[in-house]
Amino acid sequence: MSLAGKNLIILALILIVTITPLIIKPDAEFGGADGAAGELITKMNPNYQSWFSHIWEPPSGEIESLLFALQAALGAGFLGYYIGAKRTETKYKEEMEQDEKC
Amino acid sequence: MGRKNYWLVSVGIVLVSLFLPENAYAMHIAEGFLPAKWAGIWWVLMLPFLTLGIKHVKRVVDEHDPSIKMLLALAGAFIFVLSSLKLPSVTGSTSHPTGIGLGAILFGPWPMVVLGCIVLIFQAVLLAHGGLTTLGANVFSMAIVGPFVAYGIYKLFRKLGAPLWLTVFLAAALGNLLTYVMTAIQLSLAFPAETGGFIASLTKFMGVFAITQVPLAITEGLVTVLIFNLLREYSKGELKKLSIIS
Repeated sequence: MSLAGKNLIILALILIVTITPLIIKPDAEFGGADGAAGELITKMNPNYQSWFSHIWEPPSGEIESLLFALQAALGAGFLGYYIGAKRTETKYKEEMEQDEKC
Repeated sequence: MGRKNYWLVSVGIVLVSLFLPENAYAMHIAEGFLPAKWAGIWWVLMLPFLTLGIKHVKRVVDEHDPSIKMLLALAGAFIFVLSSLKLPSVTGSTSHPTGIGLGAILFGPWPMVVLGCIVLIFQAVLLAHGGLTTLGANVFSMAIVGPFVAYGIYKLFRKLGAPLWLTVFLAAALGNLLTYVMTAIQLSLAFPAETGGFIASLTKFMGVFAITQVPLAITEGLVTVLIFNLLREYSKGELKKLSIIS
């Protein structure tokens, strides 16, 4: 199977695994903050006090998502650059090899 | 054949997950949520790994040509992207993949300690996600247990002669899953239940932390196979130099 074909199947599977929870749990909150994990600890150990708080917190959910998007953009930008550069490199190498044969 | 397996695995996972508890959360351990003693212990355990990891990164940078350095940067970028994606899980909460497996397969576990640590510091300082007091524990689970498990699985399945895509999938997925099993162990050690102690806590935290992670482990495995397929096509030279393919 071609590379694109394989990767299309993988992409479809990723979409299925990601979207399924949203469909089978329509009423779930899908929260995931660290604070929620903390809630469980507090529930199990009512006496436990968090003894250190964050040195800086994003002032709002919007700023937090800005920083998360920045993190993803930096990573994805480099991934795209790398694959693009390598793809072009491979293509030119193959063309040069063919030219040499002629 | 490969396609059939993928379907079987994903259908199986969906079926299993339908019966899992709701309202579970899985993430790094939050700031201040490990008692000082345990926060300190994990810091002390983590530091030798980090020191050796830095040495290994230096070695990769010194000994290899720029194309391999670019590949190391790619492994770092992959961690950046994946750990920023909070994905929904069948338990009705969200968590994120780690992206550690790819680099562990390419460069071995040591350089990943450093890359994972950088991402965790970024998230602890700028995103109030994880924390500095709990950095030791979080580095230990995500950037030490994760890559060592991924690398071990990779080596094992290569030796057994499993297909490369399956090997990569299992290495990345299990590295991810065991990261959060480790998180559950860390929390259970710090917060043993009054009745039942460590084991009782572990059962509880495992239900909460590890199960949410199962579908995300699958996603991480799939994404890693995807990018690995691209590398196999366009970075043959580099993969040969790193003895990943012959």
